[in-house]
Amino acid sequence: MQETKSEADTGHNFISEMTGTEESGYLTFTLGDEEYGIDILTVQEIRGYDSVTSIANMPEFIKGVINLRGIIVPIVDMRIKFNLGDVTYHEMTVVIILNIADRVVGMVVDGVSDVISLSREQIKEAPEFGAVVDTKYIKGLGVVDQRMLILIDIENLMSSKEMALVEQLA
Amino acid sequence: MSIDMKQFYAVFFEEVSEHLANMESLLLAINIESPSLDDLNAVFRAAHSIKGGAGIFAFDDMTEVTHILETLLDKLRKQETILTSEMIDAFLQAGDLLAELKEAHQEGGEVDPDKVKTLCKSLESLSAERAVSPESAENNSAAETVCREITFLTEEKEDISTLLRELAEFAELSCSCDIQDGYKKWCLTLAEASVSDDELIDCITFFAEPGSIVITGLEVKEEKKQEEDAFGLFAEENTHALIENDSFGIFDELPVNSNNDSDDLPAQPSLLLPKAAESAEQETQSYGFFSDEDKHIEKKPVPAGRLKSAVKSSRNGSESSSSIRVNTEKVDQLINQVGELVITQAMLTQISALLDPSEHEILLNRLTQLERNTRDLQESVMSIRMMPISFVFARFPRVVRDLSSKLHKKINLKMIGDETELDKGLVEKLADPLTHLIRNSIDHGIEMPEIRLAQGKEEIGTITLFAFYQGGNVVINVSDDGAGLNREKITAKAAERGLNISDSMTDNEVYQLIFSAGFSTAEKVTDVSGRGVGMDVVKRNIVEMGGQVEIHSDLGLGSTISIRLPLTLAILDGMSISVGDHIYIIPLTFICESLQPQTENIKTINGKGTVVKVRGEYIPLLALHQLFNIETQVHQPSDGILVLLESSNKKIALLVDQLVGQQQVVLKSLETNFHAVPCISGATIMGDGRVALILDAAGLISSME
Repeated sequence: MQETKSEADTGHNFISEMTGTEESGYLTFTLGDEEYGIDILTVQEIRGYDSVTSIANMPEFIKGVINLRGIIVPIVDMRIKFNLGDVTYHEMTVVIILNIADRVVGMVVDGVSDVISLSREQIKEAPEFGAVVDTKYIKGLGVVDQRMLILIDIENLMSSKEMALVEQLA
Repeated sequence: MSIDMKQFYAVFFEEVSEHLANMESLLLAINIESPSLDDLNAVFRAAHSIKGGAGIFAFDDMTEVTHILETLLDKLRKQETILTSEMIDAFLQAGDLLAELKEAHQEGGEVDPDKVKTLCKSLESLSAERAVSPESAENNSAAETVCREITFLTEEKEDISTLLRELAEFAELSCSCDIQDGYKKWCLTLAEASVSDDELIDCITFFAEPGSIVITGLEVKEEKKQEEDAFGLFAEENTHALIENDSFGIFDELPVNSNNDSDDLPAQPSLLLPKAAESAEQETQSYGFFSDEDKHIEKKPVPAGRLKSAVKSSRNGSESSSSIRVNTEKVDQLINQVGELVITQAMLTQISALLDPSEHEILLNRLTQLERNTRDLQESVMSIRMMPISFVFARFPRVVRDLSSKLHKKINLKMIGDETELDKGLVEKLADPLTHLIRNSIDHGIEMPEIRLAQGKEEIGTITLFAFYQGGNVVINVSDDGAGLNREKITAKAAERGLNISDSMTDNEVYQLIFSAGFSTAEKVTDVSGRGVGMDVVKRNIVEMGGQVEIHSDLGLGSTISIRLPLTLAILDGMSISVGDHIYIIPLTFICESLQPQTENIKTINGKGTVVKVRGEYIPLLALHQLFNIETQVHQPSDGILVLLESSNKKIALLVDQLVGQQQVVLKSLETNFHAVPCISGATIMGDGRVALILDAAGLISSME
């Protein structure tokens, strides 16, 4: 495991914000060989990949929209976005439905592992390199029983320009 | 302990807006020569309610204005002063000022205190100078001290000696008695007494048969005054009800009835109705869902007529009193959920079609029943969002009044069909385009009174707003009997602006030119209109709502602009089409026709794409599979279907694989969780639960340019 003293802004701020031994829950999922964690409070539900209506002339990783109980929800495939894993769709393909800033978004991942709690001590600052996800969207690294989780700042990532999910001001 | 005042503020502000709107509509409807007391009372009540609320929240400026307003109104309804048109103007100004003050309190802005002072002064001076001389005022109020004849019936055995003793304490009393059909008819004459009619009635009610009490002034001249006084009493009671907020508490007080004709006397229960009506009306006001138009029915203060109108409004009142205020979010959520239910039900029907009908007869029957129930439910839920169009219409009398007096034109506004209901979202969006059309009619349409007279027309111009249903649409006509559109003027102006015109254009095509941006035929720019922004905005707004605008005009006779809108924003009639294995929906309003083209009618223009010849007209062709990069078997126009779309007078032919079917779809926004997509106006959910995208015809057409 690599630990640096870098002032990776988000990671640093994030850690200093956490107080005491308070624990936060994370949903972990895999993309290729890496294991990621996102704040459990942003997760609305997990469902299978089913009947996505594609939208013309969109980036490849935007798979289209689905009907989630009457709500039109866009679906992004993180495997395509980050060039990880084999992009096949079958019965076991998983979509994590996120609820971020009053918007609902679904993201396709390789698989969902479990929900874990991390205390402040278990979270290290993010390294500058080493993950396919840009460091500015990484909150830190979580360590649990020899496993290393890359904790993603999913809120920032999903509203970023590169995800093309939110209308950007020109 | 701190209470969150915000929620109370919000309710107060909302109520103030409703009271002000109500006040304005009443003021505009008032007949200055013979104002109806009902109306004056209603205006007074509105002002009073605002004052009460403002007092609670310590909005002193609002309290001050309403107080002075109230003082003048009070004099009016007590007939101590005579209503003038200046007063109406002042009242309207006061209403505007109150709205401004409300806004200031709501948004945290500020209103020039001088403005408040000026208005207060002008109201005060009106109330001072118009006061009837003290002597005559004395005369009017003297109705309480005249000689009165009281007649009533009692049961034969009833002993009224206590009553007589009581009455004798008020003043000198003479008494006579007849016996009729088992009843005693008492006729008492009471000398001048400083006792009010209702006090007398209070005493007598204990003994008399219900509804039989008649109090009459002895001289003809006095009678009239008494009648008036009686109205004053009605008014008094109304205010009372308002303050106490307990309208039922006044039922035990009997109303005064100073009608001399006892045959005409309504039975007592109906006497109670005016009050019930008033209290119901007050509730109506606070909900603000229904305008109490019944009040305008009876303009002249005639007791019998008044009762009739009151009974009518009580019916209205009891209907409206059962309405409740609900957050639109909740309603939309409900609509969403019902939409889901409809889809689930459709899925069930689809699955059940695979079952053997003989084996599963009962199940299939129940499913049919479920289908019917869900449709009913959907219809009822959709109707919750429906609002009468009077909500928009209500503002126009003011617009017409202000503008016509500014332009020195005489204009009468007629509104027909203002109970026509359509989706709340549409009603709100209609306000701006309609205001524009009306302003246009006033400024360009209706001529100056002299010109009208010279042309043999009536001096007063008429603008008519007419709303009605036609098929699945609501049509709103704005017509005026003014000058009409001038074809020469329009074409000349269009040529000047370099627009494409030809002599062979039909009238309708010429009229459509006024919808182009920056177009105006007004000779000079006024602050009312003539800047040429407007008609294009009107058209764009209406088209955005999925509607259409048409113009009919006769030179010299007037013009009519029709707006045709779908009943609701949430549902649209669409044609589903397929390209490859994708399904898209095209709104029916944009489709002119669909056809299977002959190869010889398809022409390729070098570098400019393909056109198709339809009845001599060359229409640019757009292949949807190319635009959306969809794999399909259909590449040649002759293999597929061409759907002709029209928007803003431009046409394109859209090549699709085939037409799937026509259906109503529930419109959903893509922007809620995603963002706008070029050439797509929204999405909908199909019977199988999948999402289908709705094509944006206007976007497709402009993508060709």
